[in-house]
Amino acid sequence: MRALYINYKRHKMVYWMTLPVILYFVVFHYLPMAGVIMAFQNFSPKTGIFGSEWVGFQNFIDFFNSPNFIRVLKNTLALSLLDLLFGFPAPIILALLLNEIRARLFKRTVQTISYLPYFLSTAIIAGLIHDFTSSTGPITTMIAPLLGKTANLLSLPEMFRTIFVTTNIWQFMGYNSIIYLAALSRVDSEQYEAAKIDGAGHWKQCIHVTIPGISSTIIIMLILNLGQMLNVNFEKVLLLYNSAIYETADVISTYIYRQGILSHNYGYSTAVGLFNSVIGLLLIVSANYVSKKYSETRLF
Amino acid sequence: MASDRNMGRRLFLICNYILLGLITLICLMPMWHTLAASLSSPVELNANKGLMFFPVGEITFKGYEIVFANPSIWKSYLNTLIYVVGGTVLGISMTALGAFTLSRSYFMPANTLMLLIVFTMLFNGGMIPNYVLILKLGLFNSAWALLLPAAINVFHLIILRAAFQGVPAALEESAKLDGANEMQIFLRIILPVSKASIAVIVLFIAVMHWNSWFPASLYLTDRAKYPLQIILREILIEGNTNMTSGGANAAISIYKSLIKYCTVMVSTLPILCVYPFIQKYFAKGVMIGAIKG
Repeated sequence: MRALYINYKRHKMVYWMTLPVILYFVVFHYLPMAGVIMAFQNFSPKTGIFGSEWVGFQNFIDFFNSPNFIRVLKNTLALSLLDLLFGFPAPIILALLLNEIRARLFKRTVQTISYLPYFLSTAIIAGLIHDFTSSTGPITTMIAPLLGKTANLLSLPEMFRTIFVTTNIWQFMGYNSIIYLAALSRVDSEQYEAAKIDGAGHWKQCIHVTIPGISSTIIIMLILNLGQMLNVNFEKVLLLYNSAIYETADVISTYIYRQGILSHNYGYSTAVGLFNSVIGLLLIVSANYVSKKYSETRLF
Repeated sequence: MASDRNMGRRLFLICNYILLGLITLICLMPMWHTLAASLSSPVELNANKGLMFFPVGEITFKGYEIVFANPSIWKSYLNTLIYVVGGTVLGISMTALGAFTLSRSYFMPANTLMLLIVFTMLFNGGMIPNYVLILKLGLFNSAWALLLPAAINVFHLIILRAAFQGVPAALEESAKLDGANEMQIFLRIILPVSKASIAVIVLFIAVMHWNSWFPASLYLTDRAKYPLQIILREILIEGNTNMTSGGANAAISIYKSLIKYCTVMVSTLPILCVYPFIQKYFAKGVMIGAIKG
């Protein structure tokens, strides 16, 4: 403590400069964290945290007993797992393919255009999806022979996951490939030379030099993705779903939104949110632990 | 053997070019279709069902005329500009300030504070406590509700902190000998030599505010304060092309699709024009983040 005081005396200015930053994190991050005690109350904004009735774990019990619990958990996990399965490898594959291209102009053009969807706002993307999948939209028209009917695709529960995941790939594949391209450019060129001398073809070089060279980047990105498993891009879900497809489209965050913001069940929706945050924390910590144990790569 | 390998290689490269060409086409097509549709004649457009490479019917700017005649587009455009500028100024000031002090080796609590800050990336109170906080702070229906909670993004802070750590200590030492205090060092030495990193973060923040819609939909009730993205949601998703005072025939349903396409074009044009130039800075930011994160 004394050392800290001496440090403060010597560098007063730095302490005062940090004050607004500390205030920001206290008010906008740590206060809401403390606010999760609403989850154990029958909270009403009028009476506030100190005046609201305590209900123990009742909000959690209500959530676990509600038929919505299984539905939103299943939908959230389904969307994240599908996204992980198809959305995660997509930028890696794109980066590997781009890495083989020597024509610089072609490479640059592909890169620039593939970043385009990332820069469009969620509202625009959702608007385009609504339009393309409406009963007369181009995508509906294209897949009508496969589907055997023309309908507004966003009104069909069985189509939602496909729409969500494919458009996610479309949105993020280009932009997320940047990180892998950067990692690829750092792979030691001497290793390629050595592999060539050993008689390895391009395919073997890819398996034995390129992929191991970017594996630590892949693992870090995987941990980050695993930690975000429960945070599906819910703003996009919110703009795409409707009550006809809740059965596949309603996720934890959209459920919190309807319960908390639209129906004012503050305590209950905070409980659902806390459940979400705690599982999210457990996921990221365990993903980090597993990765540390098996590959020396870790996030923190 | 060697020629076999060359054949295989050539075949792979051909397939690779075709595949990448297709991916590019898929990434471009939705916006291209929108551009073509926005210039199409409304009657032909409504009859069209497939993907469009070129406008159908006679080229017309009628849709754009209707969109530009809509005062809520203009008003929300202006609001968005205000939020982007305000949010970026606030954001970069706070982020740079934090990045500076937290990167000083002589600032004793720096590591502890950094840990507490990074923890907010892993765990948060969730949507509802944040919402109640805004209510309690009296920020409801105020632009501050959009700007203040987004003032610092931890990811940006990490990137900028790493950049400031990279500034040679000798620069700071010599300024100290000249009697400069930490604030002066920050403003006159660290900021000027880190212009490139600052620019990257400014772009990150600006694009984030430009595209943001959810906080506005939560906290703003006054239509006059709506940003562009909220108006977009009304027009594109809720299908409300009924422009309150935007030309008599705007409500006629034959223009409905045309208006949607033109609205998309009008609201994305600024981003479409600047992103090819700024994307390399984004790439740079992502890479710094990846290496340091």
